[in-house]
Amino acid sequence: MLVRPKQGILDPQGQAVEGSLRQLGYAVASARVGRVVDLELDAESPAAARAALERMCEQLLANPLIESYEIELDTAT
Amino acid sequence: MTERRPRIGIVVFPGSNDVADAAWALGALGAEPVLTWHADPELPAVEGVVLPGGFSYGDYLRSGAIARLAPAMLAVTELAAEGVPVLGICNGFQILCEAGLLPGALRLNASLEFVCRDVTVQVERTDTPFTSRCSPGQLLTMPVKHGEGCWYADADLLQTVTDLDQVALRYTGLNPNGSVQDVAGVVNPEGNVLGLMPHPEHAVDPLLGSGDGALILASLVDAARERLLVSV
Repeated sequence: MLVRPKQGILDPQGQAVEGSLRQLGYAVASARVGRVVDLELDAESPAAARAALERMCEQLLANPLIESYEIELDTAT
Repeated sequence: MTERRPRIGIVVFPGSNDVADAAWALGALGAEPVLTWHADPELPAVEGVVLPGGFSYGDYLRSGAIARLAPAMLAVTELAAEGVPVLGICNGFQILCEAGLLPGALRLNASLEFVCRDVTVQVERTDTPFTSRCSPGQLLTMPVKHGEGCWYADADLLQTVTDLDQVALRYTGLNPNGSVQDVAGVVNPEGNVLGLMPHPEHAVDPLLGSGDGALILASLVDAARERLLVSV
C-alpha cells in the first residue's frame, strides 16, 4: 500500500525534500513524501485481498481526511 | 458535610508522559485523579476523563492512530456519548481526532520542527465544561510542545465546524504549527469533548510561567463536581 498526503494538501515534508533536491542540482518540480506498507496475507482471491486491503487503509493505514492510498497486489501461489 | 471529590480518569497509554502533571494539577484543583491503563476495557466510575499528552505508541503510523484502538478508548467513547466531559491534551487531542470523537486531523507542523514554547490562545467558547471559568475572548498563555499539532480540516469539514461553532480556542499572535484558521482547540458538536494542543496542566502556577491553564482544568473539575452532585 502506498499512502501519501492527498493532492492539494500542503506537504511540508515534501517541500523540504524538493528544496534539498534542487539544492543538489535536480530540476524537481514537486515532491510529496508518503509511506509504503508491505504486507503478506492469505486470501481466497485477488479481489478478496484487495477488498481487505482497502478496508485496512480506510480503518487504520491511511487517514482518509488527509491521505490517499494506492494498492498494489502481487499474487503468489 | 464531607463530600467526595469528583473523580477524573486519566488514561495512561504506553508513551504517555504528562500523566504526573495532569494528576497533580487536577488534584490541586479539587478533583481526585484516577489513573487507568489503556488496556483496561472498563474505566472506573469517573465524572470526567483526561487523555494526557505524550507519544503513545511512539507516534507510529500517525500520532494517535494506534492508541485510538485501545480497549479503554471504547469506554471513553461510551462515556463521551453519555455526556461525560472528555479532555484531550496534545497527544490526547490527536487520539480523539483519530477516534472520530473530534473533527479534523493533526498533521506535521508546517515548520517541520518540534515546537516548544509558550503561546497565547483566545477563548472562543465559554459555554463548555472546559472553559466555563473563562470570559469571552479571554487570552490564555500556555505552553505547547509538539511536532504534529497542525490541525487540518478540508473546506467542507471546516464549514461544518464553523457552522456548529466548534472552535473553542484559537492562537493569537503566533500560530506555532500552521493550523487551519489558527485553531488551537475544538469541541464536538455536543460540547462535552475538547481537544487542544496547548498544555493547561503545565500552566497551573504563575511560578512556572503561567497559571492560565488552571482555568481550563478548574472548569473541568467544576463540571465533574456537578455531575457528581446530580448522580448522588
